[in-house]
Amino acid sequence: MPGVLTAYRWELRKLRAQKRTYLGLGAAALVPIIFVVALAAGGGRPNDVAFGHYVHDTGLAVPLVLLLFGSIWLFPLITALVAGDIVASEDRNSTLKMILTRSVDRQQIFAAKTLAAISYAVLAIAITGAVALGAGILASGFNPITSLSGTEVSASRGLLLVGASLLVYLLPILAIACIGVLFSTVFRNSGAAIVGTLMFSLLLQLVGILPGLGGLGPYLLSTQFNAWQGLLRTPIDWAPIARSAWVCAVYALPAITVAALVFLRRDVAES
Amino acid sequence: MAQAPPIEVRSLVKRYGEIVAVDHVDLTVNEGDVFGYLGPNGAGKTTSLRMMLGLIRPTAGSVRLFGRDPQLGVAALEGVAGFVEAPSFYPYLSGRLNLELLAALDGGGAEDRIDEVLEVVQLRDRAGDKVKGYSHGMRQRLGIASALLRKPRLLLLDEPATGLDPGGMRDMRNLIRDLSGHGITVLLSSHLMNEVEELCNRVAIIRDGSVAYEGELAELRARAGVSYRLRTTDDDRARGVAAAQSGIEDVGGANGEGVSFTARDEEAVAALSLALAESSALILELTPQQATLEDLFFQLTEGTPAPAEPVAVAEGST
Repeated sequence: MPGVLTAYRWELRKLRAQKRTYLGLGAAALVPIIFVVALAAGGGRPNDVAFGHYVHDTGLAVPLVLLLFGSIWLFPLITALVAGDIVASEDRNSTLKMILTRSVDRQQIFAAKTLAAISYAVLAIAITGAVALGAGILASGFNPITSLSGTEVSASRGLLLVGASLLVYLLPILAIACIGVLFSTVFRNSGAAIVGTLMFSLLLQLVGILPGLGGLGPYLLSTQFNAWQGLLRTPIDWAPIARSAWVCAVYALPAITVAALVFLRRDVAES
Repeated sequence: MAQAPPIEVRSLVKRYGEIVAVDHVDLTVNEGDVFGYLGPNGAGKTTSLRMMLGLIRPTAGSVRLFGRDPQLGVAALEGVAGFVEAPSFYPYLSGRLNLELLAALDGGGAEDRIDEVLEVVQLRDRAGDKVKGYSHGMRQRLGIASALLRKPRLLLLDEPATGLDPGGMRDMRNLIRDLSGHGITVLLSSHLMNEVEELCNRVAIIRDGSVAYEGELAELRARAGVSYRLRTTDDDRARGVAAAQSGIEDVGGANGEGVSFTARDEEAVAALSLALAESSALILELTPQQATLEDLFFQLTEGTPAPAEPVAVAEGST
């Protein structure tokens, strides 16, 4: 009997055949290139963000600066582009009735869709990281980087820390993906789900800067986009990373659980 | 132990708030049946089919496919295939890739049957084209192909000929006949009377969510009985004679349109012809008329008798 793996393979195959996938992944690759070209052409540096001061000294700083810039709307949007569509597209094409009457159960189809949305988000971040590193190293060289504590970190250890930062950055990204899947399942409309996911992300950022709500900051999803900075301290500060893990889980798990329940219980009629 | 029938539906109900889409439907489709599921648009046919395939949950009642409950999981759909409303596919994938996807979700070597089913529905030449470029008829055929991938023992088809041109409709009928000939039980939801009349041995007629009739098509016709149309040299007098004649009922017919009646048996008709001759209302035409499925459909779904079509003509004068 086919199972989750078969359904997952075909979800990826469907993503490979859709323009939106390439739009998202293309943006993930193009933004770092534009950023590096702009830096090289303009000669300035974004001094107001962490590691912005070092973008001309080492290519390792480029992906880190982009992680900060991208957290506002770029990566939530890239993530939502597929997560918000992954179930709703079946409604748009009226194809749920076809795949749910084969030999794979609903829960397996749902698991495959969630895994596919997550895989895409991971790939998007990996592409941004790889392209930013490559372009940054080409433009500024593979040199040591100065940590947030002011200590110099060798280029090879810096590379490891950039990789680890990307992994930590995935925590809020995966939470956004789960929220995108929830909206996709509930709204049954790609546009509403994608915009809804992005609005949700932006709303949390707004809450984070509102006066009087500062106490909520550590528990907002938007704040978790900065947790990776703990890795770039000497010694490594694990507290924001640990907090990010459970805060992101608090957002992701209820969202994906509700999405699963809705998907499993819903009547599949024409929308 | 006797094998469970392909479809057994008991007291099936589906409510959407105040609206009752399906109201205590009972159906049994037996092995080898080509079962016509008839009803006007909105009568609840598609909702019933969705419940049979486990796509929507019944409010009450039960569905069993070969004795298994489709609400408990897709294991109940083993040996079952079909589509509700128009079959749908991923428009950005080719017909073949769509079938490969569905075959992968079927397992059991369904991939090996792709070429064969494409051949059956005559789509092999266009299998590499993206589905978004397919005509409605091609999508219908691809829907049949996707169903055949599962090597079904039971096919549920919802309006398979809808939107097809006459040639496509003929091909679809031939295909269903052929599949039935290979031992596949078919539930054919349709509102095309000639299609059902041509293909089905048993029917259920659904009206406002309830089954108005379920049984053999021949039995339904017999139940409707045979009516007669009479034209004489004096229809007014003939009407009076017929009304007074024992065994003759439902005498009617407007002026200038002859006389219509139903008869208990043929002897009563013979006695009437003699009485007419004796009263000098000489018979010009006496035609038995068999109700068509369409007539019966209208009678059962709208409660209005419709004109029947002649089955044999007995014309003459005395």
